[in-house]
Amino acid sequence: MQLVRHRLFWPLVALVALLVANTINTPSFMSVRVQDGHLFGALIDIMRNSAPLLLVALGMTLVIATRGIDLSVGAVVAISGAVALSFIGSSPNPEALSTVLVAVGIALALCFVLGVWNGFLVSVLGIQPIIATLVLMTAGRGIAMLITEGQITTITSPAYRVIGSGFWLGLPVSILIAGGIFALVAVLTRRTALGMLIEAVGINPEASRLAGVQSRSIVWTVYAMTGLFAGIAGLMISSNVMAADANNAGLFIELDAILAVVIGGTSLAGGKFSLGGTLIGAFIIQTLTLTVTILGISPSVTPLFKAIVVIAVVLMQAPVVRRTMASRRPQGPRPAAVESKPVEVAA
Amino acid sequence: MTTPSPAVEMTGISIEFPGVKALDGVNFRLFPGEVHSLMGENGAGKSTLIKALTGVYGIDSGRITVFGVPQTFTGPAQAQAAGISTVYQEVNLCENLSVAENIMLGHEPRTGGRIDWRRLRREASTYLAQLGLDIDPRSLLSSHSLAVQQLVAISRAMVVDAKVLILDEPTSSLDAGEVQQLFSVMRVLRAQGVAILFVSHFLDQIYAISDRLTVLRNGQLVGEYLVGELPRRQLVSKMIGQSLEVLEQLEDAPRRTTAARTGAQPVFQAIGLGRRGAIEPFDLDLFEGEVVGLAGLLGSGRTELARLLYGADHADAGELAVAGKQGRMRGPRAAMKQGIAFSSEHRKAEGIVGDLTVRENLMLALQADRGWARRIPARKADEVVSKYIAALGIRPANPDALVRNLSGGNQQKVLLGRWLATAPRLLILDEPTRGIDVGAKAEIQRLVASLASDGMAVVFISAELDEVLRLSHRIAVMRDRRKVAEIDNDDSTTLDDVVELIASGGTS
Repeated sequence: MQLVRHRLFWPLVALVALLVANTINTPSFMSVRVQDGHLFGALIDIMRNSAPLLLVALGMTLVIATRGIDLSVGAVVAISGAVALSFIGSSPNPEALSTVLVAVGIALALCFVLGVWNGFLVSVLGIQPIIATLVLMTAGRGIAMLITEGQITTITSPAYRVIGSGFWLGLPVSILIAGGIFALVAVLTRRTALGMLIEAVGINPEASRLAGVQSRSIVWTVYAMTGLFAGIAGLMISSNVMAADANNAGLFIELDAILAVVIGGTSLAGGKFSLGGTLIGAFIIQTLTLTVTILGISPSVTPLFKAIVVIAVVLMQAPVVRRTMASRRPQGPRPAAVESKPVEVAA
Repeated sequence: MTTPSPAVEMTGISIEFPGVKALDGVNFRLFPGEVHSLMGENGAGKSTLIKALTGVYGIDSGRITVFGVPQTFTGPAQAQAAGISTVYQEVNLCENLSVAENIMLGHEPRTGGRIDWRRLRREASTYLAQLGLDIDPRSLLSSHSLAVQQLVAISRAMVVDAKVLILDEPTSSLDAGEVQQLFSVMRVLRAQGVAILFVSHFLDQIYAISDRLTVLRNGQLVGEYLVGELPRRQLVSKMIGQSLEVLEQLEDAPRRTTAARTGAQPVFQAIGLGRRGAIEPFDLDLFEGEVVGLAGLLGSGRTELARLLYGADHADAGELAVAGKQGRMRGPRAAMKQGIAFSSEHRKAEGIVGDLTVRENLMLALQADRGWARRIPARKADEVVSKYIAALGIRPANPDALVRNLSGGNQQKVLLGRWLATAPRLLILDEPTRGIDVGAKAEIQRLVASLASDGMAVVFISAELDEVLRLSHRIAVMRDRRKVAEIDNDDSTTLDDVVELIASGGTS
């Protein structure tokens, strides 16, 4: 009972169901094998492929918790890859580790600045988030085009390849990066008071301001972080294919990220957020994509397939559906305190 | 006046929420052409009964009959179709639409499928005229005061030709004149045979307008009385379920302490502080251990003054000297650092953070003060939380309950606790007792008195003058966005003196 009520129950069920379906179809699906000291297998693929999405969705979770949204992350992904690859490509020594480090540094610094710009528009100028970030969403790909001079920049640099395709201690580096940042954000929000203050700002901005919460700097920080995370995602994606495509890198990743956040149970109305939910959301989306490929379904119906699963998960989370499900269940001892029930009477 | 057949008859109504019986076999009758007040403390079941009648909640047992027809409401639309209209405390209209559009919403006159705007405005103005409201139906709703919006909401109820009108605390944010306007509208409707269910926390208003009372307590019916047969004192004792002696203690206790200010130097000193369009520049000295009451009608500048003191709004003139040092408040955070606390009159919009827990709400100001990076250690937080839950008697005494599920009085206590936890030197309370029940009100009043006697400077704002008079050592009188007078409140000061000052603007 208690388990079913947990808000991550249905997203988890969806994820497990997808994995089981895949295993039935391909019995070797769940197996992870060691090859040359590296881990391989479908599960590892899912995790590795969801790393960029997870990074973008992490930032998006925090932004959404403050009642905002960031549409520009896809463009930032493109800019990040474009900057890094252009720098490496034009350097006399593209193979050197130092070149790669400088390239990464420049790209991430620029993406952070772009995040700061979004945060400035939203928190200082008070522009509606959807409009404020739409500016960079449209302009950003233009900037990326400018940097790559309209070409798809390709490079060969083993050091750069490590970010997207390398292994460390048997695990893909991208999983380690995404996992590390996930842990960092979790600690940052839940071990400090940042998470609670973000939620307070998202639930009631004016009350929070009057209680002395620095809502402006909190909102600003959150957009800056999102820019930075999108930048890292951009490095991963470009490193994976060793090419920077200003038009297609990170295309629609903002929508997948928003989806991951929503599947994870964070409301678009702001307030309470769940990083764990976002993690599951990102996995679900990536597993879906992989499932479609494995089942040999034509890529043209992929969106439909995704839509069905998403609708199912979101429906299961809807308050109306949950209440109906709860009342259908045979009468048992109900827990004394239920969040969603009105308790005005208990005054 | 008792007509034989009631408009609404509710028999044996029971509603149960997990763990709580919200209503337990309550009977309620409402006759056409009468104003019937539903009385009870917060949590007595008033709102639940109203929500049962308006179809918001389904009932677990009992019977509802409207004009002799048994009804099972499964939603508000059905209740409306049965002729029951409700005007809630928080006006639920569309602020961004015009007055006329709001009144006619859902009933727009159409010609050939298109809305006939001219007729819509004409019809809207007839409804407004019926209520004696002289406003431009084309004006935006948001351009009007809350009181006018309230009356617009009532006009809207008239459009659907309501036979039963439920007014749930319509007066809680109206000033005296506006209340009179509302009452004259209610009298007109009563004369037309509309059955009116009225809820208010102001006893004066109850006695001024009602014909009949039903008292609820802890979800149970205490009784139904004609107003003439139930003196005020008895009513209150029935509401809180305590004997008259206990009640007297409750009423007498919260008074200002006689020992007024300590120290000759004011802790805070407003010098020519003002903001264009909000309040004219004013001077105000605040001393330790002293309660300064702000008296004045709604819109007289009481709230604006308080907001400037706290820096919630930006002052464009003057300054606030802290312990003799001059400066200007740069926003709530700076004010907080100086030891100023401000509890807004808008509890829901500017006070509580509804989806956070009691614990988080209590800790919010303290945590904001420390900054996000240094989280208050769990043990320290537990201490603070349990201290204020116990000291203020917050119910339920569960730190993990969501604040939005608490009653108004308990939400107010949580807000008070939030500020007291910061150990302020100046506590500004804007309408801390509005819309909360008698018991909680007395507790808050007592708290204010004892905080002042412990040396805190307090600014106390209330629409209820006798409350201001009882608690304040000094009273600043506000009128037309100006501070017009300041009087020391000794035992010779009477309510009439203050009313006279408000009326005359301090010129006589």
